[in-house]
Amino acid sequence: MTVNEVAQILGASIITKEADTAREVKGGYTCDLLSWVMAHGREGMAWTTVQTHMNVIAVASLHDMSCVIIPEGIHMENDVIEKADEEGICVLASELTAFEICGRLAAAGIGAC
Amino acid sequence: MSIIREEYPVEAMDFVTAGEASAQIKRMLKKLGVDPGVIRRLAIACYEAEINLVIHSDGGKLTLELNPDNVTLKSDDVGPGIPDIDLAMSEGYSTASDDVRMMGFGAGMGLANMARNADHFRIDSKVGEGTSIEMIFDIKK
Repeated sequence: MTVNEVAQILGASIITKEADTAREVKGGYTCDLLSWVMAHGREGMAWTTVQTHMNVIAVASLHDMSCVIIPEGIHMENDVIEKADEEGICVLASELTAFEICGRLAAAGIGAC
Repeated sequence: MSIIREEYPVEAMDFVTAGEASAQIKRMLKKLGVDPGVIRRLAIACYEAEINLVIHSDGGKLTLELNPDNVTLKSDDVGPGIPDIDLAMSEGYSTASDDVRMMGFGAGMGLANMARNADHFRIDSKVGEGTSIEMIFDIKK
């Protein structure tokens, strides 16, 4: 499944402009402790987090994740979105809770990495 | 004699540029054709070291050495040091402030994650002076 398809399933908007939306999503994950994600992140993950600062992009990029999903309509600053584009990480903004996002992705066949 | 030796200064409490050194190192090793698995492990360990410098030190530097058989990453800081290294190495132990925890750091995973990702890990610390970490990543032949 691609990042584009994930966005459709979630009714989410893709707020990055240049990052590759055709990238394959290899699994899902949710956690707001960046230190934890550093230890458990995997390549190709679609990562849901309420954190929106610059280091989210650093962690996603170091793990070569497919995308970051921001739940509950939480605002992400433009400079962070620009950084995500620079690093080639798609960012999706969803009105759903992290719980609902995981439920929908799991129902669509996305498992843990 | 190293093929390449680069130094990256890291400032205390600078969360805006935190991760830049790790990203630069990752890009450079990719260009040089280092094995992607080695790059991935090194990038994770490097980011943990960089974040530790930002959170816990009064400033420091990362030094990368590319050798024929390995990549060596050193983290040297000036700072409070670590009184009990065994305790600091145990997962879940952290002295990070509440502000830092609010950003999602301070889970107490950093040092253990560095040791797990490196092939050789060494840490020395003097209370009131600073901490030095050396990590060696073997390059597959």
